Amino acid sequence: MPDERRLRSILATDCGSTTTKAILIELVEDEYRLRVRGEAPTTVEAPYEDVTRGVLNAVSEVEELSGRRLIRDGSIIRPQDGNEGVDAYLSTSSAGGGLQVMVVGLVRSMTAESAERAALGAGAIVMDVLALDDGRRDFERIQRMRELRPDMLLISGGVDGGETRRVVEMAELVGAASPRARLGARYELPVIFAGNADAREAIEHTLADTVALTIVDNLRPTMERENLGPARTEIHELFLEHVMAQAPGYSELMTWTDADIMPTPAAVGALIEAIAERDGINVMGVDIGGATTDVFSVFGGVFNRTVSANLGLSYSIANVLAETGLPNILRWVPPRWEPDPGKLGNAIRNKMIRPTTIPQTLSDLTVEQAVAREALRLAFEQHKLLATELKGVQRQRDIADAFATAGAQTLVDMMALDLLVGSGGVLSHAPRRNQAALMMLDAFEPEGVTRLAVDSIFMMPQLGVLSGVNEQAATQVFYRDCLIPLGTCVAPVGRARPGSLCLRGRLAVGERAEEFEVQTGEMRLIPLAEGESAEMTLDPLRRFDVGAGPGRALTATVHGGVVGVIIDARGRPLQLPEGETEHAAAIRAWNDELQVYATGHEPAPQGR
Amino acid sequence: MAHAYTPGLRVTERALIRKRRHLPLPGDIHVQVGDSVTADQLVASTALPGNVTNLNVAHELACAPEDIPDYLTVSVGDAVQTGDVIAETKAFWGLFHSVATTPVSGTVEAASELTGQVLIRGEPIRVELDAYLDGTVIEVEGDEAVTVEARGALLQGILGVGGEAHGQLKLLVASPDAPLAPDLIDEQCAGCVLVGGSLVGLDALRAAAEVSAAGIVVGGIDGGDLDEFLGKPLGVAITGQEDLGTSLVLTEGFGEMQMAAQSFELLAARDGQRASINGATQIRAGVIRPEVIVPEPGATWEAEEAEAGAGLEVGSEVRLIREPYFGRLASVTGLPEQLQEIETQARVRVLLARLADTDEEITVPRANVEVIQR
Repeated sequence: MPDERRLRSILATDCGSTTTKAILIELVEDEYRLRVRGEAPTTVEAPYEDVTRGVLNAVSEVEELSGRRLIRDGSIIRPQDGNEGVDAYLSTSSAGGGLQVMVVGLVRSMTAESAERAALGAGAIVMDVLALDDGRRDFERIQRMRELRPDMLLISGGVDGGETRRVVEMAELVGAASPRARLGARYELPVIFAGNADAREAIEHTLADTVALTIVDNLRPTMERENLGPARTEIHELFLEHVMAQAPGYSELMTWTDADIMPTPAAVGALIEAIAERDGINVMGVDIGGATTDVFSVFGGVFNRTVSANLGLSYSIANVLAETGLPNILRWVPPRWEPDPGKLGNAIRNKMIRPTTIPQTLSDLTVEQAVAREALRLAFEQHKLLATELKGVQRQRDIADAFATAGAQTLVDMMALDLLVGSGGVLSHAPRRNQAALMMLDAFEPEGVTRLAVDSIFMMPQLGVLSGVNEQAATQVFYRDCLIPLGTCVAPVGRARPGSLCLRGRLAVGERAEEFEVQTGEMRLIPLAEGESAEMTLDPLRRFDVGAGPGRALTATVHGGVVGVIIDARGRPLQLPEGETEHAAAIRAWNDELQVYATGHEPAPQGR
Repeated sequence: MAHAYTPGLRVTERALIRKRRHLPLPGDIHVQVGDSVTADQLVASTALPGNVTNLNVAHELACAPEDIPDYLTVSVGDAVQTGDVIAETKAFWGLFHSVATTPVSGTVEAASELTGQVLIRGEPIRVELDAYLDGTVIEVEGDEAVTVEARGALLQGILGVGGEAHGQLKLLVASPDAPLAPDLIDEQCAGCVLVGGSLVGLDALRAAAEVSAAGIVVGGIDGGDLDEFLGKPLGVAITGQEDLGTSLVLTEGFGEMQMAAQSFELLAARDGQRASINGATQIRAGVIRPEVIVPEPGATWEAEEAEAGAGLEVGSEVRLIREPYFGRLASVTGLPEQLQEIETQARVRVLLARLADTDEEITVPRANVEVIQR
């Protein structure tokens, strides 16, 4: 690959479970921009069983749309020569079920949780977490290891210099189970040991003959410190050596790319981390798919990722229904469209078995977006539980702490969040961007002043792998072509009687100035176009906090977007009105103010 | 774009069906290429390593793990029976004598001086595979797999639960829009694959399981009833491992839904014939659909090719699979190139179609139809 500073064009693909997406990025007048995108069905499964066919099909579409020849003799032309070829080709992959890892640790909330974070951060789906205190008996743990067929197994346990016996006991269970790899029945299962350094010799003695063992630095060398990097790197190495090498066509694809193929979620995580670091901000990203919902966050420079394996809007939609219950879904459906609950349950299940269908009626759309709110909310709850300070760390405690029974503090601080990015079909392709904005507000309840955006065509995976090769190109395309700014949300934290004054404010853009008052329980939309920013003074009543403390005024720069500035005075934590009439009226008022759904006679909104 | 890929389910009278019967580990193959087999005939078997039980002997004897070798009365590889002593401390003037006994029968797999654990592997677990289909063995792969082939009728459902079963097809309703009432199920249904119409309820499912019916094929079910029958909510459509006593194949989906006429007629015409049914479903990448197969022994006719994905063309018969037309049949009358705005304000690729029952002309997203494959 040429020196990154001279890359004139970049082709990147993401091989998903069902679709392979290709994007072409070009350097235009010193700025990297998305030129075109193409897609084609992924071809990992029978009858094709060769991922490269789907890649070439997607790239062919890019060829047609861009008029640039990219393929010759069944492979991608490099480097760029005039109007042919590209300077770099990169790819990510989640095809064939992604990267499936099983985690073994000692204490569920300490070393096992650190190992889970390492695996998730590497882009894995964690199939199960086994720990001494997981409530299972040994034979059940062995049975579980035999039943599941992971791509690899990550063993943690013990701080360096600590006791070794319990770690070796867990390793003996692994040896007894002799778990087999998901792909390549005759291959030994890759197992990573990232626990107590003193136990390495014993672990080697116990496992070297039954599995493909590698040993890396302890991911929890002391109770106070995590060291997830070496385990994450090794997971990625094994992903390439074992998982990718076994998956149909990947050996060939690996020879095409100019950088290692990354698991799709790891690439998205890399991009979010890069953006947070570059701009010094706290960022949260969510990708809601058909089967799973991934949540990524960077707070105070600490990256976390969680994947909720069975929260999605098609394959797993019935599981969202099972987990949250019909009443929680119905509370978001505007009353004029509220269908019969029995039929609604069946309609949701019918989406599960016919996952590619799309809502045709407004009524159907509102139901699907209601389910999305619940899937996002549940995934976010799971994220908050895992994105925490390290548990098991001894601290000096004051008297207030002594009465607190909660575990470690979550790192997720919505008041400190600067940017919330939504991705996935239901958010990226919502017929009105206002719908995406309201879904994100209802599910995540951002606090204070937060920018909102959606990923236009889900190219974060490709930009993530690109960020490791050319960060400038990745961030330029991310801000210019990937993100669609929805605007800014202002959400005072606190509660008061509905209808009472919540805050006064003033918004100034150049010559234009607007003063406003918002009552508790209201939402207000103030137009502020994409590319515009404004000085906003927010003066909350003493029960409310917009970021400067209860009752204290705050002046902030707010950014516009395709939706505008939303003042969300419904209070935090968000509570919907209890009475049926009040609830219906509130939902109607919020939807009307934010122009969420068509009323049947206005034209479709214009713009991106 | 002249046509679009639309997933569809196969419903055909003339299919060539091949089933690979694959052992989880190499074992014994009991048939040869060319053998005629019946669905319940054993074709392959193997033994999986038994389950492992661990016993912390150091803990039982209150000694240090490294002292275990001094106290073990068995060696790695020895066979043991439940209750056998596997380690004991030496008596000290007849006092302080401790023993450790194995809680299970099996073989001593390992004894660790590091942890004091002894692992006992239980008896091997036998796995037997039957042919699943009445047919002919056409391939044997070493000691791992055989392939059975049959010609016959094939009906793929949209969702099923329960695993493989076989039995006589028994038509219980007169028309595809008739629900399968529980009082239609009696002792005569034992071992049979029951064919209903538009709906099966919880009572009928339980009645079928009670009489040990092999399976039920029906248009729809209420989601709540299925959850009750399963004993837990069905969150994701990955099924086949359930032990319900009766397998279930839905041809249409959730709710009361008339079975497609073609499916009903295919099954009705084969009333009384032997059928194989499998509820296993996986609606993810690598999709697996539940199925009913009615083999036609001795048939030599040319089978209809399975299409990888039928093209949508003007004149194609389609089933509408989303509200507001869910479950209705139509024929395609137009395939506009340009994206069109639908009621939700989304701009999508649509098709024009005429409803079979009312002749009404409608516009629907192409994603919301499935081609009726033959």
